[in-house]
Amino acid sequence: MIDPNPRGEVWVFAEQEDEHLSDTSLELCGKARELADRLGVQVGAVLAGWNVRELSYRLIAHGVDQVYHVHDTRLEYYRTLPYARVLCRMISKHKPQIVMYGATPLGRDLAPRVASEMRAGLTADCTDLQIGRYTDPRTKTVYDNLLMQIRPAFGGNIIATIINFDRWPQMATVREGVMRLGEGDPKRTGQIIDEKIAFNDFDQAVKLIERHREGRKVNLKGARIIVAGGGGVGSKDNFKLVHELAGVLGGAVGASRAAVDSGFIGKEHQIGQTGTTVRPALYVACGISGAVQHRAGMEESAKIIAINWDKDAPIFGVAHYGIVGDLNKIIPTLIKAIRERG
Amino acid sequence: MGYDSIVCVKQVPDTSNITGEAMKADGTVNRAALPAVFNPDDLHALEAALQVRDRFGGSVTVLTMGPPAACEVLRECLYRGADRVIILSDRRAAASDTLATSYILSQAVRKLARYDLVFCGRQAIDGDTAQVGPQLAEKLGISQVTYYEQLVDLSGRTIRVRRNVGNGWEIVEGRLPMLLTVLDTANEARPAAAKRVMRYKRARAPMELGAELAKAMPDAAPGQKEAEQARRLEPLKAKGLCIEQWDLDDIDADLQWCGVTGSPTKVHRVQSIVLTKEGFTAIAPTEEGIRGMIRDLIVDHTLG
Repeated sequence: MIDPNPRGEVWVFAEQEDEHLSDTSLELCGKARELADRLGVQVGAVLAGWNVRELSYRLIAHGVDQVYHVHDTRLEYYRTLPYARVLCRMISKHKPQIVMYGATPLGRDLAPRVASEMRAGLTADCTDLQIGRYTDPRTKTVYDNLLMQIRPAFGGNIIATIINFDRWPQMATVREGVMRLGEGDPKRTGQIIDEKIAFNDFDQAVKLIERHREGRKVNLKGARIIVAGGGGVGSKDNFKLVHELAGVLGGAVGASRAAVDSGFIGKEHQIGQTGTTVRPALYVACGISGAVQHRAGMEESAKIIAINWDKDAPIFGVAHYGIVGDLNKIIPTLIKAIRERG
Repeated sequence: MGYDSIVCVKQVPDTSNITGEAMKADGTVNRAALPAVFNPDDLHALEAALQVRDRFGGSVTVLTMGPPAACEVLRECLYRGADRVIILSDRRAAASDTLATSYILSQAVRKLARYDLVFCGRQAIDGDTAQVGPQLAEKLGISQVTYYEQLVDLSGRTIRVRRNVGNGWEIVEGRLPMLLTVLDTANEARPAAAKRVMRYKRARAPMELGAELAKAMPDAAPGQKEAEQARRLEPLKAKGLCIEQWDLDDIDADLQWCGVTGSPTKVHRVQSIVLTKEGFTAIAPTEEGIRGMIRDLIVDHTLG
């Protein structure tokens, strides 16, 4: 662990695979920028790999001031132990106050290993991060400018705010798609600092023998946000609106049977009794009338927004928010409002 | 020959059926108010360990941490074929976060001394953190392979496994000892064996007997309950039906790293999500109406 260090930087672990940065890493850069501005400190990113130095410029464009870059053949493919070594060495050397990782399969493998070695706190799968004040109920000590780590727990039935006031850095993994992915400013400038790490034999204990990657499949079950379209969307071309809304929300695209049968989208996107049953944190139903077979597959969603021109559509019976009107106008307005955060 | 495995399992509240009374005022979970179940992923971790033993020989020891009621999952493990089960129970371990929990588990594993493999479920459904497995591996100073889906090869001290990383898979090779976190797609967990249920349903940990006696003999004289407990324990021990019970002293745990003091993360605040669907909020299809709704969704953390 390191001692509380209020002048320390806000860090992002820059996850890359096959020389591509994950979207989540860039989302985190934007969030790190916001938190660092609030704290009056700089943003750092740890970028490790083999021949990935070029990626530094994208990180800088998204708000990073200092990229700590480690170039080593042993880091070409992700393996827990060498990557954990990189993070632990960098944290011990530069003493950041906050370190964020994407809550991706990789981030959730790496971050706990680092936290354990550093004996620092780690909160999993945050959906929001804020800066705030905390008063210890026992000692009455007031801690200013702590990282409020906000996450759902208990299967999404509660929202907990977690803090770590003494054993720093304050670390969190952050759920994919919940932070806004900014456009990035290619004119931003920052520093690339090349670092060398000494590895030991144990770091090489696990070897990668074979590796296979597939394109991303539709993952409706795991999606925190789903935007689904129905027959009311009208055409395959118009379904782009649904994709675009899902894009800004960082959500998956779903569909009703009517939309699938009309050929607007593939069957793997179908939600309902004959498709996938989902219970995301947010479900946006666009032009879906809400036949009982569809409702059965989505009515357990924590929040449901229904958009339909027909005020008597059954979908409104399970909705938390209902918008009656033309989705061709409503969706673009929604996209704009989301981009501008209300 | 053969391989000795340790499986870490957890009894968890069934998060699919939660009411508002689930939380205590201090923000911790009121486990007593919830039905408890065997953490789903952990059944697959147990199965993975049993398969290694069935194929190569060796043993399966199950470790759990929790209150006396958690012995129920240990009995479930015995019904499915575990050779030895141990409960770690100590009030001083309460409110441990994942780091403190992994420290305590590591001390228990160290006490077991000889092991080749440690299996954990990928994550528990109460916290969904998936942190204890990797943290335990680090505390033990051994390598970890998360998202275990298939054993490819095990010979001598070398193991090859296939792991599923979401957008693909990989095969990795390492030396024993190793910790594996197991996905629910790794195997089909075997059901309880009827013969073993008959044999082990009476297995009890001493503290379970203690709790039963405290209820049955509320007015007992000093020492009477203890004597009764010892009397009932004898035949269980003789038949191998006494569940081993360890506390923090038994595993030489440094209290500085346990419970609240050992936990860097603290719960600051808890909001329960109350689902009321008494009609919906009508939003005007205007820019103003829609912006208001987005702000609401940001405030209640639906949007980050």
